[in-house]
Amino acid sequence: MKYVDEYRSETLARNVTDEIRRIQTRPWVIMEVCGGQTHSIVKHGLDHLLPQEIELVHGPGCPVCVTPLEMIDKAHAIARRPDVIFTSFGDMLRVPGSEADLFAIKSQGADVRIVYSPLDCLKIARANPDKKVVFFAVGFETTAPANAMSVWQARKEGIKNFSILVSHVLVPPAIAAILQSPQNRVQGFLGPGHVCAIMGYEEYEAISSRYRVPIVVSGFEPLDILEGTLMTVRQLEEGRHEVENQYARAVEREGNRTAQDLVAQVFEVTNRKWRGVGAIPESGYRLRHEYREHDAELLFEVEKIDTTEPSVCISGQILTGLKKPHDCPAFGSPCTPQTPLGATMVSAEGACAAYYAYGRYMKSKIVAD
Amino acid sequence: MCLGIPGKILETFDSKGLRMAKVQFGGIVRETCLEYVPETAIGDYVVVHVGFAISKVDQEEAARTYRLLEEMGQLAELDAPPIGDRPKREELP
Repeated sequence: MKYVDEYRSETLARNVTDEIRRIQTRPWVIMEVCGGQTHSIVKHGLDHLLPQEIELVHGPGCPVCVTPLEMIDKAHAIARRPDVIFTSFGDMLRVPGSEADLFAIKSQGADVRIVYSPLDCLKIARANPDKKVVFFAVGFETTAPANAMSVWQARKEGIKNFSILVSHVLVPPAIAAILQSPQNRVQGFLGPGHVCAIMGYEEYEAISSRYRVPIVVSGFEPLDILEGTLMTVRQLEEGRHEVENQYARAVEREGNRTAQDLVAQVFEVTNRKWRGVGAIPESGYRLRHEYREHDAELLFEVEKIDTTEPSVCISGQILTGLKKPHDCPAFGSPCTPQTPLGATMVSAEGACAAYYAYGRYMKSKIVAD
Repeated sequence: MCLGIPGKILETFDSKGLRMAKVQFGGIVRETCLEYVPETAIGDYVVVHVGFAISKVDQEEAARTYRLLEEMGQLAELDAPPIGDRPKREELP
Protein backbone atom coordinates (compact mmCIF):
# COMPACT_ATOMS: atom_id res chain seq x y z
CA MET A 1 0.00 0.00 0.00
CA LYS A 2 2.83 2.30 0.95
CA TYR A 3 4.42 1.96 -2.49
CA VAL A 4 1.13 2.57 -4.27
CA ASP A 5 0.72 5.77 -2.22
CA GLU A 6 4.23 6.88 -2.99
CA TYR A 7 3.82 6.16 -6.69
CA ARG A 8 0.57 8.11 -6.64
CA SER A 9 2.07 11.13 -4.92
CA GLU A 10 5.11 11.07 -7.21
CA THR A 11 2.86 11.16 -10.26
CA LEU A 12 0.79 13.94 -8.71
CA ALA A 13 3.93 15.90 -7.87
CA ARG A 14 5.11 15.60 -11.44
CA ASN A 15 1.74 16.77 -12.74
CA VAL A 16 1.97 19.85 -10.52
CA THR A 17 5.55 20.71 -11.49
CA ASP A 18 4.71 20.15 -15.19
CA GLU A 19 1.83 22.59 -14.84
CA ILE A 20 4.11 25.16 -13.18
CA ARG A 21 6.55 24.78 -16.09
CA ARG A 22 3.71 25.18 -18.57
CA ILE A 23 2.30 28.43 -17.17
CA GLN A 24 5.47 30.14 -15.98
CA THR A 25 6.80 32.81 -18.35
CA ARG A 26 9.27 34.76 -16.17
CA PRO A 27 11.22 34.41 -12.90
CA TRP A 28 9.36 34.68 -9.58
CA VAL A 29 10.52 34.78 -5.96
CA ILE A 30 8.19 33.04 -3.51
CA MET A 31 8.68 32.85 0.26
CA GLU A 32 7.43 30.03 2.45
CA VAL A 33 6.74 31.51 5.84
CA CYS A 34 6.65 28.48 8.12
CA GLY A 35 9.75 26.66 9.41
CA GLY A 36 7.97 23.32 8.99
CA GLN A 37 7.56 24.11 5.30
CA THR A 38 11.26 25.06 5.01
CA HIS A 39 12.21 21.74 6.60
CA SER A 40 9.97 19.83 4.18
CA ILE A 41 11.28 21.73 1.12
CA VAL A 42 14.93 21.09 1.95
CA LYS A 43 14.41 17.49 3.07
CA HIS A 44 12.49 16.52 -0.08
CA GLY A 45 14.49 18.77 -2.42
CA LEU A 46 11.24 20.40 -3.62
CA ASP A 47 13.01 23.57 -4.74
CA HIS A 48 15.05 21.44 -7.13
CA LEU A 49 11.90 19.98 -8.68
CA LEU A 50 10.74 23.46 -9.69
CA PRO A 51 11.87 25.34 -12.80
CA GLN A 52 15.09 27.26 -12.06
CA GLU A 53 13.26 30.57 -12.54
CA ILE A 54 10.99 29.86 -9.55
CA GLU A 55 13.04 30.68 -6.47
CA LEU A 56 11.82 29.62 -3.03
CA VAL A 57 13.22 31.77 -0.21
CA HIS A 58 12.87 30.83 3.42
CA GLY A 59 10.93 33.03 5.80
CA PRO A 60 11.07 33.92 9.49
CA GLY A 61 8.59 31.27 10.66
CA CYS A 62 10.70 29.37 13.17
CA PRO A 63 9.83 30.56 16.70
CA VAL A 64 12.96 29.11 18.27
CA CYS A 65 15.09 30.96 15.71
CA VAL A 66 13.50 34.38 16.11
CA THR A 67 13.38 34.44 19.92
CA PRO A 68 15.78 37.32 20.67
CA LEU A 69 19.05 36.66 22.44
CA GLU A 70 18.08 39.01 25.27
CA MET A 71 14.97 36.91 25.93
CA ILE A 72 17.15 33.77 26.13
CA ASP A 73 19.39 35.61 28.59
CA LYS A 74 16.32 36.59 30.65
CA ALA A 75 15.24 32.95 30.70
CA HIS A 76 18.68 31.91 31.88
CA ALA A 77 18.74 34.54 34.64
CA ILE A 78 15.41 33.21 35.94
CA ALA A 79 16.39 29.54 35.55
CA ARG A 80 19.52 30.03 37.68
CA ARG A 81 17.49 31.11 40.72
CA PRO A 82 17.36 28.48 43.48
CA ASP A 83 13.66 29.14 44.17
CA VAL A 84 12.66 28.46 40.54
CA ILE A 85 11.66 25.39 38.54
CA PHE A 86 12.17 26.51 34.94
CA THR A 87 10.13 24.67 32.30
CA SER A 88 10.37 24.77 28.52
CA PHE A 89 9.68 22.90 25.31
CA GLY A 90 12.66 20.69 24.50
CA ASP A 91 13.85 22.66 21.47
CA MET A 92 14.62 25.82 23.51
CA LEU A 93 17.11 24.01 25.78
CA ARG A 94 20.09 23.97 23.48
CA VAL A 95 19.68 27.50 22.16
CA PRO A 96 22.77 29.36 23.35
CA GLY A 97 22.41 32.62 25.24
CA SER A 98 25.28 35.06 25.77
CA GLU A 99 26.97 32.69 28.22
CA ALA A 100 25.43 29.22 28.20
CA ASP A 101 22.41 27.18 27.20
CA LEU A 102 19.71 25.73 29.46
CA PHE A 103 21.35 22.28 29.38
CA ALA A 104 24.54 23.76 30.79
CA ILE A 105 22.60 25.71 33.42
CA LYS A 106 20.79 22.51 34.38
CA SER A 107 24.08 20.65 34.71
CA GLN A 108 25.25 23.39 37.08
CA GLY A 109 22.38 22.46 39.40
CA ALA A 110 19.41 24.53 38.22
CA ASP A 111 16.02 22.83 38.14
CA VAL A 112 15.23 22.93 34.40
CA ARG A 113 12.54 20.60 33.06
CA ILE A 114 11.28 19.78 29.57
CA VAL A 115 7.51 19.75 29.27
CA TYR A 116 5.24 18.50 26.50
CA SER A 117 2.42 20.95 27.21
CA PRO A 118 2.14 24.16 29.24
CA LEU A 119 -0.58 22.38 31.26
CA ASP A 120 2.19 20.09 32.59
CA CYS A 121 3.61 23.16 34.34
CA LEU A 122 0.42 23.54 36.36
CA LYS A 123 0.86 19.97 37.62
CA ILE A 124 4.43 20.80 38.60
CA ALA A 125 3.26 24.00 40.32
CA ARG A 126 0.57 22.17 42.31
CA ALA A 127 3.08 19.52 43.41
CA ASN A 128 5.75 22.09 44.40
CA PRO A 129 3.97 24.89 46.30
CA ASP A 130 7.25 26.12 47.82
CA LYS A 131 8.82 26.71 44.38
CA LYS A 132 8.11 29.23 41.62
CA VAL A 133 7.35 27.43 38.38
CA VAL A 134 8.17 29.44 35.26
CA PHE A 135 7.33 28.43 31.68
CA PHE A 136 9.20 29.82 28.67
CA ALA A 137 6.21 30.78 26.48
CA VAL A 138 7.73 30.95 23.01
CA GLY A 139 5.92 30.54 19.73
CA PHE A 140 3.68 31.81 16.96
CA GLU A 141 -0.12 31.93 16.91
CA THR A 142 -0.30 28.12 16.90
CA THR A 143 1.16 27.89 20.40
CA ALA A 144 -0.60 30.94 21.86
CA PRO A 145 -3.91 29.16 22.67
CA ALA A 146 -2.07 26.53 24.74
CA ASN A 147 -0.03 29.12 26.63
CA ALA A 148 -3.09 31.32 27.15
CA MET A 149 -5.03 28.40 28.60
CA SER A 150 -2.28 27.60 31.12
CA VAL A 151 -2.40 31.15 32.53
CA TRP A 152 -6.20 31.35 32.41
CA GLN A 153 -6.46 28.04 34.29
CA ALA A 154 -3.80 29.07 36.84
CA ARG A 155 -5.77 32.23 37.61
CA LYS A 156 -9.04 30.30 37.83
CA GLU A 157 -7.53 27.75 40.23
CA GLY A 158 -5.58 30.38 42.19
CA ILE A 159 -2.19 28.81 41.43
CA LYS A 160 0.03 31.70 42.52
CA ASN A 161 3.41 30.03 41.95
CA PHE A 162 3.07 29.74 38.17
CA SER A 163 4.22 32.37 35.69
CA ILE A 164 5.26 32.55 32.05
CA LEU A 165 8.10 34.36 30.32
CA VAL A 166 6.33 35.54 27.17
CA SER A 167 8.14 35.79 23.83
CA HIS A 168 5.21 35.39 21.46
CA VAL A 169 5.44 36.55 17.86
CA LEU A 170 2.87 36.97 15.08
CA VAL A 171 3.16 36.11 11.40
CA PRO A 172 1.21 38.90 9.59
CA PRO A 173 3.32 41.83 10.93
CA ALA A 174 6.48 39.97 9.88
CA ILE A 175 5.14 39.52 6.34
CA ALA A 176 4.27 43.22 6.25
CA ALA A 177 7.77 44.14 7.49
CA ILE A 178 9.38 42.06 4.73
CA LEU A 179 7.17 43.70 2.09
CA GLN A 180 7.92 47.21 3.40
CA SER A 181 11.69 46.71 3.18
CA PRO A 182 13.21 48.68 0.26
CA GLN A 183 15.33 45.63 -0.63
CA ASN A 184 12.39 43.26 -0.69
CA ARG A 185 12.54 40.56 -3.41
CA VAL A 186 9.53 38.46 -2.39
CA GLN A 187 6.63 38.50 -4.87
CA GLY A 188 4.35 35.85 -3.39
CA PHE A 189 3.93 33.92 -0.14
CA LEU A 190 3.03 30.41 0.95
CA GLY A 191 1.05 31.16 4.12
CA PRO A 192 1.54 29.11 7.30
CA GLY A 193 -1.06 26.30 7.45
CA HIS A 194 -1.22 25.55 11.16
CA VAL A 195 -1.03 29.21 12.21
CA CYS A 196 -4.07 29.80 9.99
CA ALA A 197 -5.84 26.74 11.43
CA ILE A 198 -6.01 28.82 14.64
CA MET A 199 -6.22 32.40 13.36
CA GLY A 200 -7.95 31.96 10.01
CA TYR A 201 -6.75 34.09 7.11
CA GLU A 202 -8.85 37.28 7.16
CA GLU A 203 -5.81 39.26 8.37
CA TYR A 204 -3.82 38.08 5.34
CA GLU A 205 -6.43 39.47 2.96
CA ALA A 206 -5.62 43.02 4.08
CA ILE A 207 -1.89 42.43 3.47
CA SER A 208 -2.50 40.83 0.10
CA SER A 209 -4.57 43.74 -1.16
CA ARG A 210 -2.45 46.50 0.43
CA TYR A 211 0.86 45.20 -0.98
CA ARG A 212 -0.69 43.61 -4.09
CA VAL A 213 0.90 40.25 -3.33
CA PRO A 214 -0.55 36.73 -3.63
CA ILE A 215 -0.69 34.68 -0.43
CA VAL A 216 -1.61 30.99 -0.62
CA VAL A 217 -2.24 29.29 2.72
CA SER A 218 -0.44 25.96 2.38
CA GLY A 219 0.16 22.75 4.27
CA PHE A 220 3.63 21.34 4.87
CA GLU A 221 3.52 18.03 3.00
CA PRO A 222 5.52 17.93 -0.25
CA LEU A 223 2.41 17.96 -2.44
CA ASP A 224 0.86 20.79 -0.41
CA ILE A 225 3.93 22.93 -0.97
CA LEU A 226 4.09 22.18 -4.69
CA GLU A 227 0.36 22.88 -5.08
CA GLY A 228 0.68 26.10 -3.06
CA THR A 229 3.56 27.13 -5.33
CA LEU A 230 1.49 26.39 -8.44
CA MET A 231 -1.43 28.48 -7.11
CA THR A 232 0.97 31.36 -6.30
CA VAL A 233 2.67 31.23 -9.72
CA ARG A 234 -0.74 31.15 -11.41
CA GLN A 235 -1.80 34.32 -9.54
CA LEU A 236 1.49 36.04 -10.38
CA GLU A 237 1.26 35.12 -14.06
CA GLU A 238 -2.37 36.32 -14.23
CA GLY A 239 -1.60 39.53 -12.34
CA ARG A 240 -3.89 38.64 -9.43
CA HIS A 241 -3.19 39.22 -5.75
CA GLU A 242 -5.56 37.31 -3.48
CA VAL A 243 -5.52 35.02 -0.50
CA GLU A 244 -6.21 31.45 -1.56
CA ASN A 245 -6.42 28.36 0.62
CA GLN A 246 -4.55 25.29 -0.58
CA TYR A 247 -4.90 23.66 2.87
CA ALA A 248 -8.72 23.63 3.03
CA ARG A 249 -8.76 20.21 4.71
CA ALA A 250 -7.36 21.80 7.89
CA VAL A 251 -7.94 25.57 7.55
CA GLU A 252 -11.15 27.60 7.45
CA ARG A 253 -11.31 31.33 6.72
CA GLU A 254 -12.42 32.24 10.24
CA GLY A 255 -10.01 29.83 12.00
CA ASN A 256 -10.72 28.42 15.46
CA ARG A 257 -12.85 31.11 17.17
CA THR A 258 -12.86 29.38 20.56
CA ALA A 259 -9.06 29.50 20.64
CA GLN A 260 -8.93 33.10 19.33
CA ASP A 261 -11.33 34.24 22.08
CA LEU A 262 -9.22 32.86 24.91
CA VAL A 263 -6.00 34.21 23.38
CA ALA A 264 -7.61 37.68 23.22
CA GLN A 265 -8.71 37.43 26.86
CA VAL A 266 -5.21 36.63 28.10
CA PHE A 267 -2.83 38.37 25.67
CA GLU A 268 -2.61 41.78 24.00
CA VAL A 269 -0.56 42.86 21.00
CA THR A 270 2.80 44.51 21.68
CA ASN A 271 6.03 45.45 19.88
CA ARG A 272 8.54 42.60 19.72
CA LYS A 273 12.16 42.16 18.71
CA TRP A 274 12.89 39.32 16.30
CA ARG A 275 16.29 37.67 16.44
CA GLY A 276 18.18 38.48 13.25
CA VAL A 277 15.49 40.88 12.00
CA GLY A 278 15.15 43.51 14.75
CA ALA A 279 12.13 45.27 16.20
CA ILE A 280 8.80 44.94 14.38
CA PRO A 281 5.91 47.08 15.65
CA GLU A 282 2.87 45.24 17.03
CA SER A 283 4.38 41.89 16.11
CA GLY A 284 3.83 39.87 19.27
CA TYR A 285 1.82 39.22 22.40
CA ARG A 286 2.29 40.12 26.04
CA LEU A 287 0.09 39.23 29.00
CA ARG A 288 -2.78 41.59 29.72
CA HIS A 289 -2.61 43.66 32.90
CA GLU A 290 -5.16 41.40 34.67
CA TYR A 291 -2.68 38.52 34.37
CA ARG A 292 0.40 40.42 35.61
CA GLU A 293 0.85 38.19 38.65
CA HIS A 294 1.68 35.42 36.17
CA ASP A 295 4.15 37.55 34.17
CA ALA A 296 7.67 36.23 34.86
CA GLU A 297 9.33 39.27 33.27
CA LEU A 298 7.75 41.52 35.94
CA LEU A 299 8.02 39.05 38.84
CA PHE A 300 11.73 38.42 38.44
CA GLU A 301 12.64 41.95 37.35
CA VAL A 302 14.53 40.93 34.24
CA GLU A 303 13.02 43.62 31.95
CA LYS A 304 16.31 45.51 31.93
CA ILE A 305 18.44 42.72 30.46
CA ASP A 306 19.35 43.97 26.98
CA THR A 307 21.79 41.94 24.92
CA THR A 308 23.16 42.76 21.48
CA GLU A 309 23.68 40.04 18.94
CA PRO A 310 27.18 39.31 17.55
CA SER A 311 27.21 40.66 14.00
CA VAL A 312 29.01 38.04 11.84
CA CYS A 313 25.72 36.25 11.27
CA ILE A 314 23.60 37.11 8.19
CA SER A 315 20.45 35.44 9.51
CA GLY A 316 18.47 38.69 9.23
CA GLN A 317 19.02 38.69 5.48
CA ILE A 318 18.17 34.99 5.28
CA LEU A 319 14.96 35.40 7.31
CA THR A 320 13.80 38.19 5.01
CA GLY A 321 14.60 36.31 1.81
CA LEU A 322 17.60 38.39 0.69
CA LYS A 323 20.23 35.65 1.08
CA LYS A 324 20.53 31.86 1.21
CA PRO A 325 22.42 29.95 3.93
CA HIS A 326 25.35 29.08 1.64
CA ASP A 327 25.85 32.79 0.88
CA CYS A 328 27.24 33.14 4.42
CA PRO A 329 31.01 32.73 4.84
CA ALA A 330 30.47 31.26 8.32
CA PHE A 331 28.01 28.57 7.13
CA GLY A 332 29.33 25.09 7.99
CA SER A 333 32.48 26.49 9.58
CA PRO A 334 32.50 27.84 12.22
CA CYS A 335 28.67 28.02 12.29
CA THR A 336 27.04 24.59 12.74
CA PRO A 337 23.97 23.28 14.63
CA GLN A 338 26.37 22.37 17.47
CA THR A 339 27.98 25.82 17.51
CA PRO A 340 25.36 28.16 16.06
CA LEU A 341 26.24 31.81 15.56
CA GLY A 342 22.69 32.98 15.07
CA ALA A 343 18.98 32.59 14.57
CA THR A 344 18.69 30.34 11.52
CA MET A 345 21.15 27.70 12.78
CA VAL A 346 19.75 27.27 16.32
CA SER A 347 16.72 25.12 15.52
CA ALA A 348 16.10 22.22 13.13
CA GLU A 349 13.39 24.35 11.50
CA GLY A 350 15.80 27.19 10.75
CA ALA A 351 16.89 27.52 7.13
CA CYS A 352 20.63 27.17 7.90
CA ALA A 353 20.15 24.12 10.13
CA ALA A 354 17.94 22.47 7.48
CA TYR A 355 20.53 23.14 4.75
CA TYR A 356 23.25 21.79 7.03
CA ALA A 357 21.29 18.66 8.00
CA TYR A 358 20.63 17.74 4.39
CA GLY A 359 24.17 18.34 3.19
CA ARG A 360 23.62 21.53 1.19
CA TYR A 361 27.09 22.98 1.47
CA MET A 362 27.39 23.72 -2.19
CA LYS A 363 25.96 26.66 -4.04
CA SER A 364 25.56 24.69 -7.26
CA LYS A 365 22.10 23.45 -8.05
CA ILE A 366 21.57 19.70 -7.96
CA VAL A 367 19.67 18.42 -10.96
CA ALA A 368 16.45 16.82 -9.78
CA ASP A 369 16.28 13.97 -12.21
CA MET B 1 7.46 23.92 16.45
CA CYS B 2 4.21 24.92 14.76
CA LEU B 3 3.45 21.50 13.32
CA GLY B 4 0.44 19.70 14.75
CA ILE B 5 0.51 15.93 15.18
CA PRO B 6 -2.65 13.92 14.41
CA GLY B 7 -3.90 11.36 16.91
CA LYS B 8 -7.02 9.40 17.90
CA ILE B 9 -9.21 10.19 20.93
CA LEU B 10 -9.35 7.02 23.05
CA GLU B 11 -11.21 8.34 26.11
CA THR B 12 -12.31 11.69 27.50
CA PHE B 13 -12.30 12.95 31.10
CA ASP B 14 -12.52 16.11 33.19
CA SER B 15 -9.42 17.56 34.85
CA LYS B 16 -9.93 20.62 37.10
CA GLY B 17 -12.80 21.75 34.91
CA LEU B 18 -10.95 21.25 31.59
CA ARG B 19 -12.19 18.76 29.00
CA MET B 20 -9.29 16.37 28.47
CA ALA B 21 -8.64 13.17 26.53
CA LYS B 22 -6.20 10.33 26.17
CA VAL B 23 -5.01 10.60 22.58
CA GLN B 24 -3.06 7.92 20.74
CA PHE B 25 -0.15 8.88 18.47
CA GLY B 26 1.30 5.77 16.84
CA GLY B 27 2.45 3.75 19.84
CA ILE B 28 2.27 6.59 22.40
CA VAL B 29 -0.73 7.80 24.40
CA ARG B 30 -0.70 11.33 25.83
CA GLU B 31 -3.06 13.60 27.70
CA THR B 32 -4.57 16.24 25.43
CA CYS B 33 -6.82 19.22 26.14
CA LEU B 34 -10.03 19.28 24.06
CA GLU B 35 -11.28 22.73 25.12
CA TYR B 36 -10.66 24.21 21.64
CA VAL B 37 -12.48 21.42 19.78
CA PRO B 38 -15.76 21.13 21.72
CA GLU B 39 -17.45 19.18 18.90
CA THR B 40 -15.15 16.12 19.19
CA ALA B 41 -15.96 12.66 20.59
CA ILE B 42 -14.22 9.35 21.33
CA GLY B 43 -12.92 7.77 18.11
CA ASP B 44 -12.39 11.13 16.35
CA TYR B 45 -8.99 12.15 14.97
CA VAL B 46 -7.60 15.53 16.00
CA VAL B 47 -4.50 17.58 15.17
CA VAL B 48 -2.65 18.17 18.45
CA HIS B 49 -0.14 20.93 19.12
CA VAL B 50 1.72 21.08 22.47
CA GLY B 51 -0.97 19.09 24.26
CA PHE B 52 -3.97 20.91 22.76
CA ALA B 53 -6.24 19.65 20.00
CA ILE B 54 -6.63 22.50 17.48
CA SER B 55 -8.76 20.92 14.74
CA LYS B 56 -10.54 17.74 13.72
CA VAL B 57 -9.32 15.68 10.74
CA ASP B 58 -10.46 12.50 9.04
CA GLN B 59 -8.74 9.17 9.61
CA GLU B 60 -7.03 8.97 6.21
CA GLU B 61 -5.60 12.48 6.55
CA ALA B 62 -4.44 11.66 10.09
CA ALA B 63 -2.63 8.49 8.99
CA ARG B 64 -0.88 10.15 6.06
CA THR B 65 0.23 13.20 8.05
CA TYR B 66 1.49 11.09 10.94
CA ARG B 67 3.62 8.95 8.65
CA LEU B 68 5.07 12.03 7.00
CA LEU B 69 5.95 13.67 10.32
CA GLU B 70 7.62 10.43 11.36
CA GLU B 71 9.72 10.40 8.18
CA MET B 72 10.66 14.04 8.73
CA GLY B 73 11.76 13.36 12.32
CA GLN B 74 9.17 15.87 13.59
CA LEU B 75 7.69 13.78 16.41
CA ALA B 76 10.32 14.60 19.04
CA GLU B 77 7.92 16.64 21.18
CA LEU B 78 6.03 13.43 22.00
CA ASP B 79 9.18 12.17 23.77
CA ALA B 80 9.04 14.90 26.44
CA PRO B 81 8.79 13.22 29.84
CA PRO B 82 5.22 12.85 31.12
CA ILE B 83 4.26 14.81 34.23
CA GLY B 84 1.95 12.82 36.46
CA ASP B 85 0.69 10.52 33.72
CA ARG B 86 2.86 7.77 32.33
CA PRO B 87 2.52 7.32 28.56
CA LYS B 88 1.61 3.78 27.67
CA ARG B 89 3.49 2.08 24.86
CA GLU B 90 0.84 0.10 23.04
CA GLU B 91 0.74 -2.06 19.98
CA LEU B 92 -1.00 -0.58 16.97
CA PRO B 93 -4.18 -2.38 15.97
